[in-house]
Amino acid sequence: MSDRREYWRRNLRLVAVCMVIWFIVSYLFGIILVEPLNNIRIGGYKLGFWFAQQGSIYTFVVLIFFYARRMNKLDREFGVQEEE
Amino acid sequence: MTLQTMTYLIVGATFALYIGIAIWARAGTTKDFYVAGGGVHPISNGMATAADWMSAASFISMAGLIAFMGYGGSVFLMGWTGGYVLLAMLLAPYLRKFGKFTVPEFIGDRYYSRTARIVAVICLIVASITYVIGQMKGIGVAFSRFLEVDYDLGLSIGMGIVFIYAVMGGMKGITYTQIAQYCVLILAYTIPAIFISLNLTGNPIPQLGLGSTMAGSETFLLDKLDRMVTDLGFDQYTTNARISLLNMFMYTLSLMIGTAGLPHVIIRFFTVPKVKDARSSAGWALVFIAILYTTAPAVAAMARLNLMETMEPAEGQYLVYDERPRWFEKWEATGLLDVTDKNDDGRIRYSADPELNELTKVDNDIMVLANPEIAKLPNWVIALVAAGGLAAALSTAAGLLLAISSAISHDLLKGVFMPQITERQELLASRVAMAGAIVLAGYLGFNPPDFAAGTVALAFGLAASSIFPVLMMGIFSQRMNKEGAIAGMISGLGVTLLYVFQHKGIMFIPGTEYLGGMSENWFFGIEPNAFGAVGAIVNFAVAFAVSRITAAPPEHIQHLVEEIRVPIGAGTATGH
Repeated sequence: MSDRREYWRRNLRLVAVCMVIWFIVSYLFGIILVEPLNNIRIGGYKLGFWFAQQGSIYTFVVLIFFYARRMNKLDREFGVQEEE
Repeated sequence: MTLQTMTYLIVGATFALYIGIAIWARAGTTKDFYVAGGGVHPISNGMATAADWMSAASFISMAGLIAFMGYGGSVFLMGWTGGYVLLAMLLAPYLRKFGKFTVPEFIGDRYYSRTARIVAVICLIVASITYVIGQMKGIGVAFSRFLEVDYDLGLSIGMGIVFIYAVMGGMKGITYTQIAQYCVLILAYTIPAIFISLNLTGNPIPQLGLGSTMAGSETFLLDKLDRMVTDLGFDQYTTNARISLLNMFMYTLSLMIGTAGLPHVIIRFFTVPKVKDARSSAGWALVFIAILYTTAPAVAAMARLNLMETMEPAEGQYLVYDERPRWFEKWEATGLLDVTDKNDDGRIRYSADPELNELTKVDNDIMVLANPEIAKLPNWVIALVAAGGLAAALSTAAGLLLAISSAISHDLLKGVFMPQITERQELLASRVAMAGAIVLAGYLGFNPPDFAAGTVALAFGLAASSIFPVLMMGIFSQRMNKEGAIAGMISGLGVTLLYVFQHKGIMFIPGTEYLGGMSENWFFGIEPNAFGAVGAIVNFAVAFAVSRITAAPPEHIQHLVEEIRVPIGAGTATGH
């Protein structure tokens, strides 16, 4: 049972890291810091505008697959993966 | 071949395909009907989820909204995609492990309470029905516009088609049909975008074209757009926030939480074979959604640019009304585009100044549909866009109707009122419930209530403020009990309803809004559409407080929560 508790703690830590990134790319870069970031440009995009309309979405996709992979590894490490 | 014939051909062919699939994948058991037998591959499931999620609002309206809102429109882009991160990490794998058919069933079992289950059914039905009305209206408008029949006939044809494949096939039929619909709608969205991006910037990838220079010039497309809109007196395209940054923050948060709480999206994750598939399936869904959502800002900016160039072909030379293009004339006929030649010079001037502006109406919803015509693309592309818009509206309507019918037949009938009915009877009941829901939604589509726009905000507000928080706490807090969950749902819902009603009228009846729709009365300047996030926070806080002063949940529930948290021993979804 203490193994399961450790598994859950590791999961929560992973979720917390992912949620912080989730927050940074959308709410922080796309909204709160949009004005200062707009002074930086990549091609024709102002950076803050790019995060709000493009970058945050790409990050979300990567984030979910990253989480899924790490969790599958964690499942095997603790032997709680599903039966094949 | 004329545009009309081409449209009949392409729309007809896609529909024959959908119906063929529905008949081939007919559901035989309740499990097939509710969760497609629990055997859908995560990539297929992701594609079906994407079609389910992207409605007429995403396909037809969103780019048009962004075209006129600029940076402020980012709330839709981030809000309707970021919710999948919440789903993948906070809900989907655990609900799949729990292994039941419906969202209220989870709430009822986890909170060992019939009352909680019934409250959840009510929230689900209200949120889904309000959403379906919008889809039915979209179906009616799209059919009548492209098949040139009147609105009522267009809506009737649409109802018939939804009826055949949703009622016959259940989740199994819907899943495979939605995969076909995704393919149609994504081609219909990206092909015109590629052509237009190529025309304007020389770069065929719209996501890159938006950040490129104009073809044959050193000026960046977005800079040119910014200059043109400010010359006309509008706010700069790339920086105009919606009301305030705080409002944008809350709006985005409401849409994200609402997305993760909408039942027709959540039940899609009950259909995959394994818990780990539920995690990756959310990722695949977002990949397929992101293809459209990252194209949309390019479509928006380019459509706005094309519109302004049509209105003012050369510096100071406004569009001569008698020489207006054919698409302009066609949309004028629908009443969605309107001009008033105020100074009688035969020219139409587009300006931010209401005194000077002669382009008096441009409905947001025409931008995506008119876009291929504005860019002078071939007829088959225009016909494909019609088929895409219909695919988007139909797939979402079917998914919502399934969520409604399962809530009625599985949660209310089997779960509460008639627990002894057989599987056959339950299947029949769910088909009857679905037929009833189609008729009700169709009736509301024939007599569109004036509050259609307001109710979409309510659907998201409801899902965000009632369903999402109890699901999340049911998994992440072992201490959460039924008293806390019920108090949380009711207070979250209550606060959101109160706020929406006081600014938009009680049940949206005009004249009953007791604080007025005016922005000076908004709480911290937050618009009613963005208030679901506040409702969710209230829900969390009340549930937490109440659960600490009442008894802990029984032992077996605490064990249940521990079991949900690990994938091992998931088995397939069951309803028993």
